[in-house]
Formats: sequence, C-alpha cells, structure tokens
Amino acid sequence: MSHIQIKNIEKVYPNGYKAIHGISVDIEEGEFIVLVGPSGCGKSTLLRMVAGLETITSGEVSIAGRKVNDLEPSQRDIAMVFQNYALYPHMTVYKNMAYGLKNLKTPRDEIDRRVSEAAKLLELEELMQRKPKQLSGGQRQRVAMGRAIVRKPAAFLFDEPLSNLDAKLRVQMRLVIKNLQTRLGTTTLYVTHDQVEAMTMADRLIILKDGIAEQIGTPMTLYDKPQTRFVAGFIGSPAMNFIDVELTDNGSSIKLGKNKITLSEKLKHTANIVTMGFRPEHIKLDENGPIGLKVLLTENLGAESVIHAALAGTDSPITIRLNKRINAKNGDILKVSVEPKKLHFFDTQTNLRIN
Amino acid sequence: MIENRPVSTFISHAILIAGIAIVIFPIWITIVAASHDAARLLQVPLPLGLGDQFFDNLKYVLGKGVGDSAPLGLMLFNSLIMALMIAFGKIAISLLSAYAIVYFDFRFRMFFFWMIFITLMLPVEVRIIPTYAVVADLGMLDSYWGLTIPLIASATATFMFRQTFLSVPDELLEAARIDGAGPMRFFFDILLPVSRTSIAAMFVILFIYGWNQYLWPLIVTTDKSMVTIVMSIKGMMEALEETPQWDYIMMTSLLAMIPPVIVVILMQKIFVKGLTETEK
Repeated sequence: MSHIQIKNIEKVYPNGYKAIHGISVDIEEGEFIVLVGPSGCGKSTLLRMVAGLETITSGEVSIAGRKVNDLEPSQRDIAMVFQNYALYPHMTVYKNMAYGLKNLKTPRDEIDRRVSEAAKLLELEELMQRKPKQLSGGQRQRVAMGRAIVRKPAAFLFDEPLSNLDAKLRVQMRLVIKNLQTRLGTTTLYVTHDQVEAMTMADRLIILKDGIAEQIGTPMTLYDKPQTRFVAGFIGSPAMNFIDVELTDNGSSIKLGKNKITLSEKLKHTANIVTMGFRPEHIKLDENGPIGLKVLLTENLGAESVIHAALAGTDSPITIRLNKRINAKNGDILKVSVEPKKLHFFDTQTNLRIN
Repeated sequence: MIENRPVSTFISHAILIAGIAIVIFPIWITIVAASHDAARLLQVPLPLGLGDQFFDNLKYVLGKGVGDSAPLGLMLFNSLIMALMIAFGKIAISLLSAYAIVYFDFRFRMFFFWMIFITLMLPVEVRIIPTYAVVADLGMLDSYWGLTIPLIASATATFMFRQTFLSVPDELLEAARIDGAGPMRFFFDILLPVSRTSIAAMFVILFIYGWNQYLWPLIVTTDKSMVTIVMSIKGMMEALEETPQWDYIMMTSLLAMIPPVIVVILMQKIFVKGLTETEK
C-alpha cells in the first residue's frame, strides 16, 4: 500500500486562479520524491497542500493510510523544512528542536534523548546552546532538519531547502540530506527548481508545469524518454536542442536542409512536420556528418567544452557538449552527426512524444 | 559622509552645543529656582546661579507637601500607578487587537481595522463629557480604574504592533503550526518574544504618555488622595490668596521629571532598537 496518496487534487484560489490542476500520485514508503519545475508552476503549493498549510479545493490526500484533508498540519504526522529555515530566533538550537515535542507533551527525558540523537546525527552537539543568529547558513539548515527528524514523522517535506546556500555547501548538503533520508527510511517530498538537485536526489521525479504534472518517473526514465517537449527541455544541462524537421520516405527518414537522416525505427505520424530533439551530449564530431553547424561561441571548461552554434544556413540555435577540448573559432563550420537512437520526436502542436 | 576638516567639525559642534543649550536652559532654571528661597525668586532679575536652599526645599517638599495638597510621596505613587496601568493596559490590548487583525481571517476584519483607525480622531479631550458620564455611572470616579481605563484603548500602539507582526515572516507561523502550536501558544511562545523590542519601545512611549496625563486626572479625581503629581503642580500655582511658592513648585517639577527620565535612560538602547530594527 502506498504511503502518501494524492488523488486528483486541485487548488483554486478565491480569486479564481487555478494553481493545481488535478494531480494524482502514489508514493511508496521510504521513497524520495522530488517536485521540480520552473517558478510559479505550483510545486510549493502542492507541497503546502500536503503539509496542510494550504486548503485542498478538491481531491484527497492521505498519509499513512489516513485521509488528512481536514486535519491541522500538526496532526498530519509530517515535518517540514522551509527555504529560509524558519527557526525561532529567540530560542536556542536545543529549544528549536524540542519545541514540537514539547507541544506534543512528550516527557522531558524522551525529548532530551531524541534531540541529542538528532544532534549527533547532524553534528550539532557543539551548537545546542547557540541562537540561530550565531549560526552559519549550513548550520541553520542542519538545525531545521534536526527539528524535522526529532518528530519521527511519517513524511518529511522540504521546500527548496538548499536555495539559500552557496554552491559548494549546496552540493555537500545534498549528500547529507540524501544519506539521512536513506538511513531513516522516511518518505520524503522535496521541492526544488534546480534540476541537478532533482536528478541526483530523487527516486522519482514529478515535473510540474502550470499546475499540471507533465511526467512522473525515475530520473533515468525522464532523461531517456521524456514524454513531452517541456520535460525534454527541462531535464539535462545544457538543455536539449529542438529543430522542426520534415518526415520523408514514409516516416523512415527525416529531411534536414539538404541532408537526410535515416531513423532507427519507422516513425508514423499524422503531420509531416515534427519537432526533433537531441541532447548536446549526444552529438559527435563527424567529417561526413549530415549536420553542419556554424560556431557562435565556445566555452572550454577543461574536461569538456560546450559549443553554442547555429544550424548552418538558419538561425536555429544548437548547443553541443564534447568531452574534450576543441579549438573552434567563431564562424567555423563543424560537421556533426547524431546517433538515430538518441533522437526524440514531438508533435509540433501538442508537444507530446511520438516515438 | 565622513569628513575630517577642523572648520566643519567646529561648526557642527557649535550647532550641537547651541541646540543643547536651548533644551537645557529651562531645566537649569528649574534647578536654580528649586535652590533658592521663595523671596529671592520674586526679585528682579531672576538668579541664574545655584542658591543654597536646595536640600532644605527638597526636605520640605518631601516631608510636608506644598500648600494644602497631598504629600508628595503619595502623588508620585499615584502617578506611577497610573502611568504603569496605562502603559501595560495599552500594550496588552493593542497586542491582542493587532494579533487579531494580522493573523485571523474573520468577517469585517477591515471594518474593525478602520474602526480602530477612526478612534485616532477621538482622543479623550474630544469625548471628555460622555466618557466622564460613563466613568461616573460605573462608579469609577476617584479610583485608579477611572484614571486609567478610558485612556487604555490605543490605536497608535495597535498600528505599531500590526507593523511589527507583519514583518514577522509567515514561515515562523507555519513552522509553529507544524510544531503543533495553537493560536495562543504561538502568540506567547513565538510572537511575543520575537516582538519584545517593539514592546519595550512602546512601553517607554506609553509610560511617558501616562505620566504626563493632566486633563483627564484633573476631571475624574476630586479626592486629595488620588491626585497625581502633574496635576498637583498646576494646583500649586493657582493657590488662592497667596503668591505661588516657586521654590517648592520647581522642586516638585524636578521630582516629577525623574521617573520618566529613569525609564528612558534604562530602556534607551532597547527603545532605539525597537524603533529601527528591521531584521527579525
């Protein structure tokens, strides 16, 4: 049985704005689910609806087999970590972590035991008597997590917890959170707008756009078989390249300018023009390649280089990523090829995957 | 702007000293007048230097009281009780009403907000007769309740606390809700401690406001045992048939100034912080 069940939930604000359009997902116990999408896509709203901080307009949320639609946040058996940590500024680290337990009338020695356990886990023992003001960003982040784990909730909810940290610390905390979650085995919902964070941490991802779940799946499924053009463009960095191409030879090849690319599988579609997508890392330099690119800008990163180019004879931007250094000057023409198996095709109107 | 030029330093200091002199002069005159005997103060020109009667006057005022007024100790006590009751009462009521307006979504919320706003236009001076009638009907004349309750409702403090509460991040409330804190617990455990500097600033302002009350105490008290120090000073000046005893009056004024000064000095740091602090 699934641990958190979200059934067709919708959110309509009093002013008529519909933030969430009927999302359903079943989350297994211990799963790490990441909600990801551009700003304003409704990912935080969805999380807050699960937390009980936003009302649910229609649909149903159950946590650990219990319908929680009308329960107060504190009764839902969840703990949340906020983007700005929301530590109580006047309380010491210890009191911050103990506050929730105190409100549950937990006996003092039990509180003591659980708080020191969490402190040990998060290496906060030295800081227990400090106030949040005297802590660094990373330490505050750990206190916020400590406050969540002492409750031993059925689910953790994270609302962009790493976005206030610097890049290096973010990578570090990513590991800390992931390890902690694996160790505790607590079901987790995690909101982020950072797709690298999403890909590295998630067991499964929910990609949201305009309040609609575009695709739900494991990171690799989303990378290999994105179901919509949006997902294809959102996952992966640099983003996937898209060009509109013409299907020829009854769907067994495509026409790209003067050249033809033979497909690995025949493509049947009602329209003749389709959107072709391919990832920057799937492009190879190839003297006899069918695609000509005019170099606009080369970024050498040492181990790899990213080349921003335009499809020869057009303005269509194409980015390619090579895992070696390259000396390409602006205006150079590069011949490249793409493995036909790594091509993605989308309908130009509906933006849905067709191969 | 930080500059280091002798001329501008000189000018800025001169202006500051002139400003201080203007503020200090009346206080100096009060101290001088309190240190002479009554006869000297009726001669022209008035003395500008200290006399030798200061401690005699102090002893007299504290011991006997001026004219037929109550002993000074009692008046100081009355004033203190009144100022404290007004300050604490205003803070308590304003905190609660600001809490309701900021954190609760109830019908006619904005209506009540504007109702409170409108009371800014109705200070005691404007509604003095109806307020007196109500207080008289409630039998609160010549009591601490009568002195303070009509002055306790405060739109200004409500607004100040509303601003403070609005600057408290929403996440704090949400974190508290997840931590299982109900409305009252959130109020006492989180909101009050977080707003303590503004509460302290408000206390200073309201204590002085309460201490300086003149018109209302004058109207609502007739019993000599309920007289406050501020109204008594005026009473002394109007003593019939006699010339005013300026030495004692000035000494009383000096004593009346001390408690507010103590409050300001003690709470100055936290007061400034409360008015200027933006980060929560």
